[in-house]
Amino acid sequence: MIAFWILAPIMVAAALGMVLVRKAVHSAMLLAVVMVSLAILYAVLDAPFLFVVQIIVYTGAVLMLFLFVLMLVGVDSADSLVETIKGQRALGATAALLVGVVLVVVASQAVVGSAAGLAGPNLDGNVQGLADLLFSKYVFAFEVTSALLITAALGAMVLAHRERLTPKPTQRDRAQQRVRDYADSGKHLGPLAPPGVYARHNAVDTPALLPDGSVAGESVSRTLKARGTVRQAPAIARTPGLDDDGSQTGRVTGNDASRPSAETGGDQ
Amino acid sequence: MSSEPFLVLSVLLFTIGALGVLVRRNAIVVFMCVELMLNAANLAFVTFARQHGNLDGQVAAFFVMVVAAAEVVIGLAIIVTIFRTRRSASVDDASLLKY
Repeated sequence: MIAFWILAPIMVAAALGMVLVRKAVHSAMLLAVVMVSLAILYAVLDAPFLFVVQIIVYTGAVLMLFLFVLMLVGVDSADSLVETIKGQRALGATAALLVGVVLVVVASQAVVGSAAGLAGPNLDGNVQGLADLLFSKYVFAFEVTSALLITAALGAMVLAHRERLTPKPTQRDRAQQRVRDYADSGKHLGPLAPPGVYARHNAVDTPALLPDGSVAGESVSRTLKARGTVRQAPAIARTPGLDDDGSQTGRVTGNDASRPSAETGGDQ
Repeated sequence: MSSEPFLVLSVLLFTIGALGVLVRRNAIVVFMCVELMLNAANLAFVTFARQHGNLDGQVAAFFVMVVAAAEVVIGLAIIVTIFRTRRSASVDDASLLKY
């Protein structure tokens, strides 16, 4: 029971955080906390087989699948804050609160008497007991489960498959397209600029500076920009002619102070 | 060790999951909340298995897990397909059948 009183507040807090937190990745992490805690509660409730299955199937497989899809869908998919149905959030929260009150009242009065305990059924071991039931009383449901799993695998393949409607561009096509872009719009032919290299920072989140001191926009990954974790190049390569906080526009105005100063050790 | 606290916890988790389904827009988060509701139901199953002293509840929880795994596979494939065609993971954007 000690495990329950330690885990229950953690689980409720993590579940609430999962609903309230803005980024989907954080929701997935908080869901992992709930699921692992639930696995421990299964162990407390004399269900060692479900304890293991919960960790392997839910935390291991299902949550990883969620994280893969989050990776595919991308980090810049934030929740829209516009309500399509007016007052839907407030109504939803009220409805959930009412359902919660009703269910808590019912659940707290549902059980009469003390628990019978699983010492008898678990006498030969929990896994053996479950196997006895699965292959006798529930054998039909068990067999139908296999059909369900095959259907799910097929469905995933059908849904994830994409017919190619246009011919695949070859390397020659790409090169020609690049030159055409250069002729039409003057888009740079070569590869993108690498990130900036400074004495104290050479990570991919530091933009490179052009010869006139302005930031080379393409030198930092689009994903990092979407996350908002790009460093301000002027803050690193601080020029003696400017204020201490640099210019927030991301541009170093260049008279003779266009080169990063030796004071911060910038050399590029 | 009585069963009521476990039941109340399971009901709370179920309610929080329902709240998430009702208020969130991101399809993946809505899906995670559905998973939370399934897990809450599983906790109730396991609790009642112990209350009644037989393993049928645990078998039911096991079947729920299997169905949930299949459901996650299909659901996430649908979300990825919708995202591919509409570049959006919001449940409000998938409204073509309305018109």
